[in-house]
Amino acid sequence: MSWINNTGPLGDVVLSSRVRLARNLSDTPFPSIADRSMTDSVIHRVHRSIAGQGSPIKSQYQFLPMGDLPPTDREILVEKHLASPDLLENSDRSAILVSREEVCSIMVNEEDHIRMQCIFPGYQLKKALEYLNTIDDVLEKQLPYAYDSDLGYLTSCPTNLGTGMRASVMMHLPLLAGTGQMKAIIQTLPKIGVAVRGLYGEGSEAIGDIYQISNQITLGASEEEIIMGLEVVTKQIADKEKEARRRVMERGRVHFEDGIWRAYGTMTHARVMDLNEFMGLLSKVRLGVEMGIIPNIDIGTINELMVMGQPAHLKKYRDGDTAIKDLDEVRAGVAAEKLRR
Amino acid sequence: MLCQECKKNPATVHVTKIVNNIKTELHLCQECAGEREDLNWVSPISINDLMTGFLNPIKPAKAADTVPTLRCDRCGMDYRQFKKIGRLGCDNCYRVFKDEIRPIIKRIQGGATRHTGKIPASLGTRLSTTKEIEDLKRQLQSAINIEAYEEAARIRDRIKKLEKKQEQGG
Repeated sequence: MSWINNTGPLGDVVLSSRVRLARNLSDTPFPSIADRSMTDSVIHRVHRSIAGQGSPIKSQYQFLPMGDLPPTDREILVEKHLASPDLLENSDRSAILVSREEVCSIMVNEEDHIRMQCIFPGYQLKKALEYLNTIDDVLEKQLPYAYDSDLGYLTSCPTNLGTGMRASVMMHLPLLAGTGQMKAIIQTLPKIGVAVRGLYGEGSEAIGDIYQISNQITLGASEEEIIMGLEVVTKQIADKEKEARRRVMERGRVHFEDGIWRAYGTMTHARVMDLNEFMGLLSKVRLGVEMGIIPNIDIGTINELMVMGQPAHLKKYRDGDTAIKDLDEVRAGVAAEKLRR
Repeated sequence: MLCQECKKNPATVHVTKIVNNIKTELHLCQECAGEREDLNWVSPISINDLMTGFLNPIKPAKAADTVPTLRCDRCGMDYRQFKKIGRLGCDNCYRVFKDEIRPIIKRIQGGATRHTGKIPASLGTRLSTTKEIEDLKRQLQSAINIEAYEEAARIRDRIKKLEKKQEQGG
């Protein structure tokens, strides 16, 4: 059920839906100022709450202290979106619990004591929240949460206060990006409390046309209300993207399909490919799959390839073959193997 | 031209500020410019800077000194340190810095100051009843505002029922 190998509602535009909850313990200083014995104790308590006797989900999670993992394995967790880059920065005193199918993860000692999240394929924010609430309830029964009846769940940074919830959808918007409409969307949405950013690439440039849409405000609205707001925005953006796709097919189908097949041709035959080129071409191939232009390849394969093409995954993949030194060469090989039908 | 602040070093930073149609010109040396909070943008901006920028809106430099140094009696975090790093030290900080932090929360959270979402089950139903009554009172007001009196009467009855239940310790 991982978002990587599957597709869900609105799957031709929405890759995945993620909900994250931030929680803290009321009897321990927040991770940024807690000492080592305190952070160790938080890890121990969270682990025991999930995996101990009496936990209804005890067999579902794998416990990984970040300090015990080789650096490449830590980065792989980030590339799969199970861990945040911030968790890696505190590797000596942080840990993560990952559910068997890699749908949920619980980060310990990131910016807050507990950051738990679930990712579902396609547009499924409500389902992700429901699922996450069951984990939250298990933890809450055993741990003293920092909570205030006025301010809600208390977080290290006031930007997460209240619900402690960040809900986000990952969207593929090549037509909106290519026709310059993304800029207007990025500028407008913050005015209604929704943030948009490119998920890959640095700064405002989104490589691979993958965008993340999330709530900015965490206080004053319920979790369900926040998600309802995001749903409206997500569906509107999805409609706009689909409309643009329809229009481009009406205007010049052959030229449009030509661009997609050329991208496919390069990806299946190139010998060396850097990350930027890979993400750019993959966006076109993904579009071809989403629009039914390229048959016999499913979106799960495209997602898998997108994750496999990231640096840490390639390093791990190359480990068996020491003859190849250049990651760009490994990437081209993986792309060709995955996409040739 | 000499720096108008220290009057010693040559002025290398020239700033024209227009705030509410009032134009002011500043000619400063690198050092004096670096010390001014309102010219922070001269250095590269990080997420943390943006966050603390939120906490320290541009205002006369003196105001910061007049804020008494509050210190959390549990984790030792002091208010100035919080403003610098943008992170609180523990849940008690929210109580100790309550008055100072309230306008900051309001600014960050789009005007909201009260949580209306999930309540931990362990805090009991009493709290959620209180919340429900508050919610209903808000709904009652909006029903009255749009002159939906039948709806308003129904909401009022529910409030009465809940209040009675609460009095009986339910």
